[in-house]
Amino acid sequence: MGKLYTFLKYFFITIWTVFVVAPFLWALTTSFKDFNSVNGGVTYIPWVDFEPNLEGWRVLIKSPAEGGVDIVEPYFNSLFVTCTASLISIILGTLSAYALSRYTFKAGPIKNNDITFFFISQRIMPPIVLSIPFFLFLGAVNLLDSLIGLIVVYIVLLMPIAVWIMVDFFNKVPREIDETALIDGCNPYQAFFKVVLPNSIPGLIVAGMFCIIFGWIDFFFAFILTFTEVQLLPVKIVALNSSITPWWSLSASALVSVAPLIVVAFIVERYLSKGNLSGAIK
Amino acid sequence: MNFKHKYIFLFPGLFVLIGILIFPIIFVVRLSLSGWNSYNGLNFIGLENYIRLFTDDPRFWESFFRLSFLSVTTVVLQYVIGFALAHMVWKEIKFQRFFRVLFLIPMMTTPVIMTVIWRTFFHESLGPVNDILGNFGFSPKWLTDPTLAKFTVIIVEVWQWTPFMFLLLLAGLLSLPKEPFLAAAIDGASPVRKFIYVTFPLMAPISIGAIIIRLIEASKIMDTVYVLTSGGPGTSTETSSFYIFIKGLREFQMGYAASMSFTYLIIMIISLTVIAKVLTKLLLKD
Repeated sequence: MGKLYTFLKYFFITIWTVFVVAPFLWALTTSFKDFNSVNGGVTYIPWVDFEPNLEGWRVLIKSPAEGGVDIVEPYFNSLFVTCTASLISIILGTLSAYALSRYTFKAGPIKNNDITFFFISQRIMPPIVLSIPFFLFLGAVNLLDSLIGLIVVYIVLLMPIAVWIMVDFFNKVPREIDETALIDGCNPYQAFFKVVLPNSIPGLIVAGMFCIIFGWIDFFFAFILTFTEVQLLPVKIVALNSSITPWWSLSASALVSVAPLIVVAFIVERYLSKGNLSGAIK
Repeated sequence: MNFKHKYIFLFPGLFVLIGILIFPIIFVVRLSLSGWNSYNGLNFIGLENYIRLFTDDPRFWESFFRLSFLSVTTVVLQYVIGFALAHMVWKEIKFQRFFRVLFLIPMMTTPVIMTVIWRTFFHESLGPVNDILGNFGFSPKWLTDPTLAKFTVIIVEVWQWTPFMFLLLLAGLLSLPKEPFLAAAIDGASPVRKFIYVTFPLMAPISIGAIIIRLIEASKIMDTVYVLTSGGPGTSTETSSFYIFIKGLREFQMGYAASMSFTYLIIMIISLTVIAKVLTKLLLKD
């Protein structure tokens, strides 16, 4: 029994590992190919099946006039929008989450849980529902095709995540901490910023990671709300895909674009092992 | 604690969110009751859009059933695989951290960008899948066969989002209390019985949460489809979001698209509530 289970376990893990790694390996080898090794039948192993070259990677740093893919600016746009929107969402979301975790609100039938649910339920909203009004409204205030317009929209996407994770996190931070601080003569703001917040850094990091993931991977809003002035990375890569960009530069650009968040996987895993994620999920 | 501070903490976030959302939502409802053209803007036409949607647009309902099929299938697969993977790396295993990180990586990658790679991967003559299958005499049309294209979308979605399920379930497993497992070990329960009678019931609330979260996200499937197949061949992989997108932002029938998106939102809310209730009943028997 035990042996069979162990065998099945490693068998399954191996298969899944191959499945997870396959597209990355394929893209990596493709990025070193040239015309013949892509179009003259499928090739796999560099130096055996084909002679690798760096053409795919060189186009990343060339200007568009020289045939480059020009992803540097979209890269920084994406970074800027994601980080700014995540930061704003975390700040506002953490404050709201703290209020929802520590104080009691009551307005008619609406209680704490309903307000929390209101925040989180924004994730249910399909992006397409908001896309048409956002398109028209941002057009009306001249924020269509701008970084600020995108940041505003991304706050709606990200703040629910921040509130969701932080409410659960604050619920686990003992109330005695704030109460002691208040007895010691802090006002509620000092108690929050000087005592509670420093004790919440793991929660903040996890919430921040999730905001960054879901901001960075969004395609839909960037696709609908920007055109030529501002381009985010996913939109740029998809545009490359529909133009005549050869596979090798496409693969290289795609790999460069997905690389930064792989660091996030390591951070998330670390906090997972420490047990900081479990509360947020229940 | 003091009374008014609580509002200072709560309101910035709440009002920013309401402030950004309230007009768009009201506007969608208003727009859905209107015809739209560029000469005289909004003209009120009552429920005409909705009547058209409910009586004269099978394509919308087909896309909706397709979406339901795709999201339920992918989420079930993600749940089964995600649970299996989480269970395998939960206890001591060689290279535990390596596998945990590796299994998380796909969700960190941008879906559309990975889909661009998947397109080359499943390319009918130049992709590795058909090259390998070609040795055995198969050459499936992954992207241009109506049935197979759905399957390809499912593969890509499972690759992309099983990690999220894995993450939620592994976090759940790591937070379980130790006592029930000790008790089971003392009773000499076999691994299978231990899973059925201890692990699975303890994981039920977390499972429900994870499934609902994933269903919510899966019901938005659109980017992958847009890049992978553009809804095609024909309309065989078109989902609701994608159809609304075509009507609203490609054909500029904004009023009609608004009525569809409002209907879609209402159906989503109702069906997710029902699914949550049913799952709770099924899995939490006490």
